Amino acid sequence: MAKVLDDAAKAAQGKATKRALTGNEAVALAMRQINPDVVAAYPITPATEIVQIFSTYVADGLVNTEFVAVESEHSAMSATLGASAAGARAMTGTSSQGLALMWEMLYICAGLRLPVVMPVVNRALSAPINIHGDHSDTMGARDAGWIQIFSENSQEAYDNLIQAIRIAEHPEILLPTMVTMDGFIISHAMEVVEIQSDEDVRKFLGTYKPERTVLDIDRPITMGGLDFTDYYFEHRRSIAEPMINAKQYILEVAAEFEQKFGRKYGLFEEYKMEDADYAIVVLGSTAGTAKIAVDELRAQGVKAGMLKIRVFRPFPYEEIAEAIAKCKAVAVMDRSDGLAGRGGPVFGEVRNAICDMEKKPITVDYVYGLGGRDIDVEMIKSVYSDLQRIAATGDKALVTYLGVRD
Amino acid sequence: MGKLTEIRWHGRGGQGAKTVALLLGDAALSEGKYIQAFPEYGPERTGAPVQSFNRISDEPITLHCHVKNPDVVVVLDPTLIGPVDITAGLSPDGVVIINTNQPASELKSKLNLNGRKLYTLDASTIAVETIGRNIPNTPMLGALAKVTGILSYETLMEDTKKKLEKKFRNKPEVIEGNLKAIERAYSEVKGDE
Repeated sequence: MAKVLDDAAKAAQGKATKRALTGNEAVALAMRQINPDVVAAYPITPATEIVQIFSTYVADGLVNTEFVAVESEHSAMSATLGASAAGARAMTGTSSQGLALMWEMLYICAGLRLPVVMPVVNRALSAPINIHGDHSDTMGARDAGWIQIFSENSQEAYDNLIQAIRIAEHPEILLPTMVTMDGFIISHAMEVVEIQSDEDVRKFLGTYKPERTVLDIDRPITMGGLDFTDYYFEHRRSIAEPMINAKQYILEVAAEFEQKFGRKYGLFEEYKMEDADYAIVVLGSTAGTAKIAVDELRAQGVKAGMLKIRVFRPFPYEEIAEAIAKCKAVAVMDRSDGLAGRGGPVFGEVRNAICDMEKKPITVDYVYGLGGRDIDVEMIKSVYSDLQRIAATGDKALVTYLGVRD
Repeated sequence: MGKLTEIRWHGRGGQGAKTVALLLGDAALSEGKYIQAFPEYGPERTGAPVQSFNRISDEPITLHCHVKNPDVVVVLDPTLIGPVDITAGLSPDGVVIINTNQPASELKSKLNLNGRKLYTLDASTIAVETIGRNIPNTPMLGALAKVTGILSYETLMEDTKKKLEKKFRNKPEVIEGNLKAIERAYSEVKGDE
């Protein structure tokens, strides 16, 4: 498989080519083009293929990467962040329970300001055991200090991973970055992906030259020192700053990406939002299905719109508030249940975003698609018809579980 | 979105239902089409009923839900008829293509066709005679291309050859057999009239 993918990239010879690839294949190919110094990984469905394909690139000598086969995800993140501290461009990849097992190290990676980049294939968390796509895993890591970028399809997963290197390594950011795609729905579905040439990708990425590393004996530094009540607070505060400022640099990287490769990215994507009365806010693959629902409703004269969040951390509060300000009613779609007692995590963020506005849309939450439960055009249209009723009558359920059997 | 064709493949684990969806997707891409190919992931085991899907369109495809109302259903294994509702959700003008050595007239009564067209091909016999094993997926791909016109014969032959050359570099007889199987499928697939 690796051989075939490599041929695809070689055939490109300086120009972009369209290839039929699964999400995992596209991401593995992006990793080959990134050619990281170190990859340490442990397999987990549905992310296994990413590092499996990548390991064949290593075996075939197509990358210069030091590949570390570790015994758990806890070790995978430990080795990756250790390599990053030593000055390497370091990556890993995981999903679900694997990400959960990294939890401790995720915070350390961000706290040490290490620009590790990691594809995450979104999958439900146990129990019960389920291998299919929902956002519970990534949402569990939302406060770990990682930049989080969601992808609608394989193309976005490929493009986002390439941009993530520039974002994480940006001198004003220096935060680890995860790029997600929905398990199976995207990771195992073959779609058309435009692949840039190795040369163009490498030119876009540039060479990683970390300012300080633990192996620089001429300029020694301490990483992960002991901070009690005297300095801990100041150091944590200094991590908040780059997260607050990251949005503008993420947009700068996106603008350069668009200029080089022609595909446009923002903090989120607005679909027919200009005059929308009824909108849904959504992440990941469901956004694509929602576009069809919006088109069909527009054809019937319903002013429907859709806002797809790309960058979940840092959350674009002001920008999203402005984008949905004129809507009558907005449904937030949560593919994880935060079990907070009031809907999912995206709902909380969107309500936070609009909280201080004088005139704001009515907002409701739909928890859907847990454990990969399918969501189709008709289900999404039912949300819009709820929104029309809510706007007309004011009669709403704050949180609805969509597509669940009673 | 332009004209979108949705296809559902029924097979048993090991018959190549997933592979054939990927083959079709790749071949359609080489004609400049937009494609999706994905299997249904469940507790798949050799011999268990499995499904895979394709979406093919002239324009980008953004749908990421299950295929519920296919335009074409292809059945790789006739013993699935009965245990599996193979016409479930089939669109009103959809078609069914079945790998069987039975005449279409005998099968028709077992299927809830409601006037929809049935095509048959003895793909297992073709596969045994050309490839040497009962792997009916490539001849059924040939039948699908012929019946729906979704893919030209030339593209299908060229792309299958290219794909197989990578996988079976040292087994030219496998490549030859598969191409012969598609060629025979093209001329042997029959409608129910």
